[in-house]
Amino acid sequence: MSRSAFCSSGSNLVPKTTEALNPLNRPKKHHYLNGRQRTNLYQKNHRASKVLAYYGLRSPPYKLDALEPYMSQRTLEMHWGEHHGGYIDALNKQLAKNDLLYGCTLEELIKVTYNNGNPLPEFNNAAQVWNHDFFWESMQPGGGSSPILGLLQQIEKDFGSFTNFREKFIDAALKLFGSGWVWLVLKREEKHLAIVKTSNAVNPLVWNDIPILNLDMWEHAYYLDYKNDKAKYANVFMNHLVSWNAAMARMARAQAFVNLGEPKIPVA
Amino acid sequence: MATAAYATPPISAFLTSQEGFRGSTRGFQWKKIERKCLRKAGPPKITAKFDLKPPPYPLDALEPDMSRNTMEYHWGKHHRAYVENLNKQIVGTELDGMTLEDIIRVTYNNGDLLPPFNNAAQAWNHDFFWESIKPGGGGEPSGELLELIIRDFGSFEQFAKEFKAAAATQFGSGWAWLVYKVNRLNVGNAVNPRPSEEDKKLVVVKSPNAVNPLVWDYYPLLTLDVWEHAYYLDFQNRRPDFISTFMEKLVSWESVSSRLEAAKIQAAERE
Repeated sequence: MSRSAFCSSGSNLVPKTTEALNPLNRPKKHHYLNGRQRTNLYQKNHRASKVLAYYGLRSPPYKLDALEPYMSQRTLEMHWGEHHGGYIDALNKQLAKNDLLYGCTLEELIKVTYNNGNPLPEFNNAAQVWNHDFFWESMQPGGGSSPILGLLQQIEKDFGSFTNFREKFIDAALKLFGSGWVWLVLKREEKHLAIVKTSNAVNPLVWNDIPILNLDMWEHAYYLDYKNDKAKYANVFMNHLVSWNAAMARMARAQAFVNLGEPKIPVA
Repeated sequence: MATAAYATPPISAFLTSQEGFRGSTRGFQWKKIERKCLRKAGPPKITAKFDLKPPPYPLDALEPDMSRNTMEYHWGKHHRAYVENLNKQIVGTELDGMTLEDIIRVTYNNGDLLPPFNNAAQAWNHDFFWESIKPGGGGEPSGELLELIIRDFGSFEQFAKEFKAAAATQFGSGWAWLVYKVNRLNVGNAVNPRPSEEDKKLVVVKSPNAVNPLVWDYYPLLTLDVWEHAYYLDFQNRRPDFISTFMEKLVSWESVSSRLEAAKIQAAERE
């Protein structure tokens, strides 16, 4: 396989031989290439597939019944196993046909296939894979309540109060028409937090912003548990599911890329 | 609740090129109805312009292909919400008193959707959908409709394949349609400068979210709702199974045929 023409990081990730990706030689555990662990390239064990796997289905960081009763195990099984898994399979099939896109990280693939608003066929699948990975990690068992420390301060600075932020976030979820996602993002240029709604598979990476949290508002995310009651789903997410730990970690990382203001220099 | 003032060109600019403006006998009410004239003691009275029409069969009549549970939510909650919210949005505005189809065309606003569009279009789409299916439906059409399908698609199987593909590949929420198209041009609301017999054909189209072919000046004949709420309770993520069930067991070809007749008459009247 030739090195991707589009992705700058391709040089570190191209395997030494194509043997490594031959499905018959498929290793069952992570394998090391150039000393770097390719955590997103392990094979899915429960599907027999002749397709070369370029991306793997990552499990949520909790068992599928861990979010009960707020998000049922059945929903997780369908949403993660069938929908998220389906996007991975579809993406892998598409990439098998298209050498040019080989070797990208998922984030690069999304930006490249977004093609400035005229998306290539791989975009929907790539973005949905990323969005769902992000979503599982945006939730945790025993989630909810509110953030602390720096993230809370930033939210209060940008939204007035946490209550106001929460209200605006839920409002955005209810106002979103059709399928899509609601995001808390850190805007790179404007250097503040914002709530954005996106349609279908679009995510804030395409505008080079840094997502902090997301909420899946596609109907498949809530229909089995809440049917048409979007308000209840959004409230439950805020009260019992959202992982502020994940959000704070992402925020801390984001500050390596975005300077949010004067550093707090302690007064001697 | 403030009544919205839409910064749009006068409605007549949208409607003069459209087919017969139904309900035009009373003329346009440009002035917003002054709220103080209507207000009595208590909240303003909402003149419920649009009703939630029930489907032409009982809610459990489509079992086991479309469960009663689905119908109760899909019609009873989703469709009802669109109608109720639409009524709230249009009361006291110049849209109040227009037909649903005209509201759709006006609020589509050439793609720059005005707030009532989603509710109006979804209300219309769902009415159209309930009438596109029936208990004991499915099979194949006959008569002139079948002839036209064979003429424009090659065979009924080819049409079915195209329709199913459109429904399966509509990403996110939306609808798949069989429409009767009269304009040769494929551009929005453009008017065909040289209409001919060849323009009149059947095509399969798909649309996102609430959009429907009325805004492209087509005549819809058949639709399939591929919003997830339409099939999730019965089929979960298996949209292709839902689409096959629709084609084999639910579609009402009688409705499609009669719509085709009406469309041809309207198309002839416009020439």
